[in-house]
Amino acid sequence: MIAVVDYGMGNLRSVQKGFQKVGMDAIITGDPKLIADASHIVLPGVGAFKDCMQNLEDRGLVEPVVKGVKAGKPFLGICLGLQLLFEESEEFGSHNGLGLIKGKVARFPKSDLKVPHMGWNDVHISRNSRLLNRSDEGTFFYFVHSYYVVPSEDVTVSTTDYGQTFTSSIEKDNIFACQFHPEKSQDAGLKLLKRFGETK
Amino acid sequence: MLTKRIIPCLDVKDGRVVKGTQFLDLKDAGDPVEVAKEYDRQGADELTFLDITASHEKRGIILDVVRRTADDVFMPLTVGGGISTVDDIRELLNAGADKVSINTAAIRNPEFVREASAIFGSQCIVVAVDAKRVAGKEAKWEVYTHGGRNATGIDTLEWALKMEDYGAGEILLTSMDCDGTKNGFDLELTSTVSDALNIPVIASGGVGTPEHIYDGFEKGKADAALAASIFHYKEYTINEVKGYLSERGVPVRKI
Repeated sequence: MIAVVDYGMGNLRSVQKGFQKVGMDAIITGDPKLIADASHIVLPGVGAFKDCMQNLEDRGLVEPVVKGVKAGKPFLGICLGLQLLFEESEEFGSHNGLGLIKGKVARFPKSDLKVPHMGWNDVHISRNSRLLNRSDEGTFFYFVHSYYVVPSEDVTVSTTDYGQTFTSSIEKDNIFACQFHPEKSQDAGLKLLKRFGETK
Repeated sequence: MLTKRIIPCLDVKDGRVVKGTQFLDLKDAGDPVEVAKEYDRQGADELTFLDITASHEKRGIILDVVRRTADDVFMPLTVGGGISTVDDIRELLNAGADKVSINTAAIRNPEFVREASAIFGSQCIVVAVDAKRVAGKEAKWEVYTHGGRNATGIDTLEWALKMEDYGAGEILLTSMDCDGTKNGFDLELTSTVSDALNIPVIASGGVGTPEHIYDGFEKGKADAALAASIFHYKEYTINEVKGYLSERGVPVRKI
């Protein structure tokens, strides 16, 4: 069973429905026991880094999520769920994340470009991974974010250009995470969700 | 490269599409979910539902429409119309909406925008601004509410900047002068607001041809274009419009 971690942030229903659309069962849950029992863990999220981290802690969800990841369960982080994996974010002052990936979260600098980076943008594949590979080069996904991740270890799977080139997805062992929203990216996104559900 | 977005907008009343669309091949062209699926097939980048249900008792119907849409359509969905409380927003997001569009409630109480964006994040708070040109030499626009009936005395550019400051993630900018004319956007209004803001601006009101959308992006500097009748009456499909834009060098996502 795929568990979509509910910690009170954002539209989780689309993630669940996305899995169902490709024939997979997923539950939305904030119950640490159900997350511990799940075969796959999905950490979605929109909103502020600090609030999300706080909510995860308040609901006792940091431990089951981290334990699940360390036990080798396939993990998918979406948008803020990618950013939370990192050590720290500079969003509204510095805040600590889960620290599962080395690096930080930075804000798009002030420029002529609009922030948030919002809309459909394409990915450039840096290397093959289980969820994205060379054949996905140039695929468009839906993005909405003001911050981006800066890994300090070699985990980048794809990059995207918005004034600068930033990491749009990462993979490390059983962890996969993307800045874009597969559940909002029509067929391209559903394909990625399916691949995740099929990961053992 | 970030592409320009094309957003079809459906007016929904009591759970039904008003200003009936002409998708005769659909089982039920009055069902917003069926129409949403058609736009999904055509390559829309996002969808917007404007709920114009008048009676408060029937407001729950839109939640069911949103739920059924989110079951089948996997692209960003914005819902506007009569949103005035944090609970209204929460219900819509839980039903599967990604963004809400706030109009009159923001005028009545600007703090509501600050509160909503602090709770749910700027990315899901769109502030809809209905602007009407003020007669005179200077290019100025006044904000209106209630579908252009009530003047507020507020200057559009000042208001848009204030809403950005209060945490709006996007501005949906409708020209009340151009809306329904099919003569194109108010390009001066659009570029004035888009140039001044650091958040995306969606141009709305007046689209009759693909060229109008091209102008909205190129001259109006809009980040996205919202249109209704041009798509509802099958004058053009979304992919046809994107083909037109792409040939002229506008970055769009084609499917």
